[in-house]
Amino acid sequence: MLSKAESAPWRAKSASGGKNIIKGRAYVVGNSVDTDVIIPARFLTTDNAKELAAHCMEDLDKDFRKKVKKGDIIVAGDNFGCGSSREHAPIAIKASGISAVIAKSFARIFFRNCINIGLMVFVCDMKKDSKSGDEITVDMKKGEITNARTKKVYKVKPVPEFIKKIVAAGGLLNSIKK
Amino acid sequence: MNYVENILAGASARKSVSAGEYIEARCDVVLMNDVTGPLAVKEFLKRGKKIKNPSAVVIVCDHFTPNKDIKSAENVKFLRDFAKKQKIKFFEIGDGGVEHVILPEKGIVKPGDVVIGADSHTCTYGALGAFSTGVGSTDAAFAMLTGKIWFRVPEVMDFVYTGKKGKFVTGKDLILLTIGKVGVNGANYKAMKFSGPVIRALSMDERFTMCNMAIEAGGKSGFVVPDNKTAEYVKGRPGRKARVFEDGPSAESIKMDISSVKPLVAAPHLPDKVKPAEKFNNVKIDQAVIGSCTNGRISDFAQAAKIMKGKKVAAGLRCIILPGSQQVYGDAMKAGYIETFLKAGCVIAPPTCGPCLGGHMGVLAGGETAISTTNRNFVGRMGAVTSKVYLASPYTAAASALKGRIISPEQL
Repeated sequence: MLSKAESAPWRAKSASGGKNIIKGRAYVVGNSVDTDVIIPARFLTTDNAKELAAHCMEDLDKDFRKKVKKGDIIVAGDNFGCGSSREHAPIAIKASGISAVIAKSFARIFFRNCINIGLMVFVCDMKKDSKSGDEITVDMKKGEITNARTKKVYKVKPVPEFIKKIVAAGGLLNSIKK
Repeated sequence: MNYVENILAGASARKSVSAGEYIEARCDVVLMNDVTGPLAVKEFLKRGKKIKNPSAVVIVCDHFTPNKDIKSAENVKFLRDFAKKQKIKFFEIGDGGVEHVILPEKGIVKPGDVVIGADSHTCTYGALGAFSTGVGSTDAAFAMLTGKIWFRVPEVMDFVYTGKKGKFVTGKDLILLTIGKVGVNGANYKAMKFSGPVIRALSMDERFTMCNMAIEAGGKSGFVVPDNKTAEYVKGRPGRKARVFEDGPSAESIKMDISSVKPLVAAPHLPDKVKPAEKFNNVKIDQAVIGSCTNGRISDFAQAAKIMKGKKVAAGLRCIILPGSQQVYGDAMKAGYIETFLKAGCVIAPPTCGPCLGGHMGVLAGGETAISTTNRNFVGRMGAVTSKVYLASPYTAAASALKGRIISPEQL
């Protein structure tokens, strides 16, 4: 049987913890990073966040786990998270310690899953002039992202009100009126 | 309002909706499988006891079934127990198959329905004229708790196909052509409408194939506005009646004359790397897979059997046939296709997603190459990270299996 210990601590409140600033090092990837490489199907017999995180991105970069530190930010090109609807993908990313994903565009099911589980996602075209290791600051209040190395400031594509409400409630299930 | 807007206005009890609006809609079908179901059910159980609308919820365990290992078996058992307690539909392997093949077959999805599934290929049911889209496990949990789900009403991209279809050109080739043209995110967030004389003449099986792969262009759904063929397909199947909706203008229209289109193949590692099959004649293959939610229906096996009849697959090549359902398996047997495949040296697997996602029943070793009628050719999709998958129609996969390298069926 699946034990209660396998419940989902990563769902607690909204991912930013109510803060308006997210700061972290960039981990840069390309276009169309699919959910099969984020978490391959051979690991989908579990939904335990720690177990999933242990294999996060390993088919893209087998040293991903060694390279990323808590708080790091994935910076991607187009169509991040395309393919399978597996929610295990954003769960694996979040449990790896990644604080946010910034992409030029997201595949829609992945984007939806991130909102639902509280992994911060921002639509912003900054991958082309970012390098892994760059210090990235997201100011959610101002809707701006800064790269400390290049000193460039980017505007984040605004989040629709409807989605803001889900995030503010702490995820989709918390938004259900009692 | 167009077809999608009309369905969604009805499902959200509004007079009108338009693209870009956020709505909460009733779900006629909520689908889960053995990968996405356990997570959805655990989230549901934290907050609820009884499913709001149990008749809408369906569980199909197909990804790792017949259970490939103990963990898979535990997941299936967990879902089976939940289904029993909640009195919801659950299909045992002896009465089932691959989710997107069996739901239409069993009359569970009907034209005009709103369907969500915790599986990205849920877009398949647009072939019946349903508004149908893939979501995550939390979305499925939400729908079990409330009977509803939120959507952003999508813009419609109308793909109009005209011209004369070549002899071996199938629905699979048309959707590969389309993905190749717009790219893997060319229809992101959009509903892809398939229309024109070529679609009107296309079989229901091939329409399922096209709608199934809408997600590979980023589409929220793919659909065909119901016609006589849809009505004929639905006739005699159990379940509720079809709902009828009017169509209206689309945001965008893309016309394609397909007269000169040849059988196509998508090369690794994205479904939009599309070229004519004959351009890949130097690619040697180790395995051919024919089946899946994309091409696991009876006419797909008719096509493959037509190519393989009286022939043998190439020495050293493994050809795996995956009927999409028990029904399809039986029909293929009656039609003599199974015997054709056995004599050709193919292995017949039980209905399962199996190798499509590198699950079981035909996983690739490092450096191996497959031609497959499935829907994705991402890095490591069918097994080892250094393996490769080329996507093609049943005709092309069968022809290539005979030669041991990729060929167009026209080259036989």
